[in-house]
Amino acid sequence: MKVGILALQGAVQPHEEKLKELRVESVQVRYPEQLKEIRGIILPGGESTTMIHLLKLNQLWGPLKEFVQTQPTWGICAGSILLANEVTHPSQESLNALEITVERNSYGRQNESFIDTLVAGETWKTFSSDPKPIEGVFIRAPRIKKWSSNIQVVFEHRNEPVMVKKNHCLASTFHPELTDSSLIHKYFLTLCR
Amino acid sequence: MANHIVGTEMKLKTGLAEMLKGGVIMDVVNREQAIIAEKAGAVAVMALERVPSDIRKEGGVARMSPPEIVEEIMNAVSIPVMAKCRIGHFAEAMVLESLGVDYIDESEVLTPADEQYHIDKMDFKTPFVCGARNLGEALRRIGEGAAMIRTKGEAGSGNIVEAVRHLRTLRSQIRRLTTLGSEELMNEAKELGAPLALVQWVAREGKLPVPNFAAGGIATPADAVLAMYLGAESVFVGSGIFKSSSPEKLAHAIVQATTHYQNPKIVAECSKGLGAPMRGLDIHQLKAEERLSERGW
Repeated sequence: MKVGILALQGAVQPHEEKLKELRVESVQVRYPEQLKEIRGIILPGGESTTMIHLLKLNQLWGPLKEFVQTQPTWGICAGSILLANEVTHPSQESLNALEITVERNSYGRQNESFIDTLVAGETWKTFSSDPKPIEGVFIRAPRIKKWSSNIQVVFEHRNEPVMVKKNHCLASTFHPELTDSSLIHKYFLTLCR
Repeated sequence: MANHIVGTEMKLKTGLAEMLKGGVIMDVVNREQAIIAEKAGAVAVMALERVPSDIRKEGGVARMSPPEIVEEIMNAVSIPVMAKCRIGHFAEAMVLESLGVDYIDESEVLTPADEQYHIDKMDFKTPFVCGARNLGEALRRIGEGAAMIRTKGEAGSGNIVEAVRHLRTLRSQIRRLTTLGSEELMNEAKELGAPLALVQWVAREGKLPVPNFAAGGIATPADAVLAMYLGAESVFVGSGIFKSSSPEKLAHAIVQATTHYQNPKIVAECSKGLGAPMRGLDIHQLKAEERLSERGW
């Protein structure tokens, strides 16, 4: 099984290391034809405006939009912004895969970035019984302001969803790739298998 | 493990640098340029009063940008905004932190305020990037709390030669460390003038403990590609873009080339029709006191 990591810009390497640790082959995705050889894709953290620009410039926008509707996908931070069906602050285009409204840089700028423990929802508890709390690294993070009733909440922070799921598709506003745990990567791989 | 490179604060600081990897950070002097940079796909902008080539031409003391310019740029774009302060000028850094910039560049491009000491960067919540010419300099800055290193290159020269020298020096010094025995590292720390804990870390991991970007003299898409091949994880473009004949096109092209640095066909394609790059300077014609990279230690 090969898992793709969108590699136009951003924190690609930390995800590669996690997948390697879990003995899964990863491939850096920069061209549309590569979408045919992967079982799922990670849209990493980075700058969403840069990624949108490069997705369009490299004829990936359409094919990726189609891919994320049906194939295992996990968007992190900027990646979650790409997956939302509505983006605010400012409003921008998206791949329209999850019925959530995401506000960019919602906690503030870099000085407001923070690390805190997360509260697991039922979805997570059925996957893992590990009592060790999951740490969320939030960097100029977006916030999920609205979500439809068909969205499952995987993790919360201060009573707000910070990781959500619908069918094959995951979005987290924090960065599991920057922590020592690879549990969330393991969880994503269960969606790919 | 060195305290400098673990812990919550440092994880957040280097974390933002991780997000900027594979991208281009552009120098801008006003709102209009910031918007052009963001539209062209820049991952961040560096707010400053004058680009390095103008600082070089006009002379005088180069200082932190006026706060209203920094704020104007912060309000114009949604990407991270960095700003420069003078080496050792912690009061300028405090002003920039209070404005809420996302990264502070303690930069040799501005006139140094302190010829002996750099800023104690651990004291700040806002992360810092600092210039370095070699491993010792990089580790001294990281020891002071820098969360990102960039090569100094020779800013405002439009000439990549110094950035290449600094990238190559850093890379070969790191490689050498990995070949040494543990008993050799204390002497190496003495020779490099760098903290032992960081020397030990680099010897074990074979890389810098913080992201390593390139700056100073990048003027074309191929310049950015060369820097990426030599180990840079992102590039800063200063005077190169807005001193060229078609800034928008060049900005687009450098972004695309950085993403596809391993694909020469795409680099060739995006390098077409860019007009004249900035004219550039022969480094050997610069007098010692005109070399910005000699500032700091």
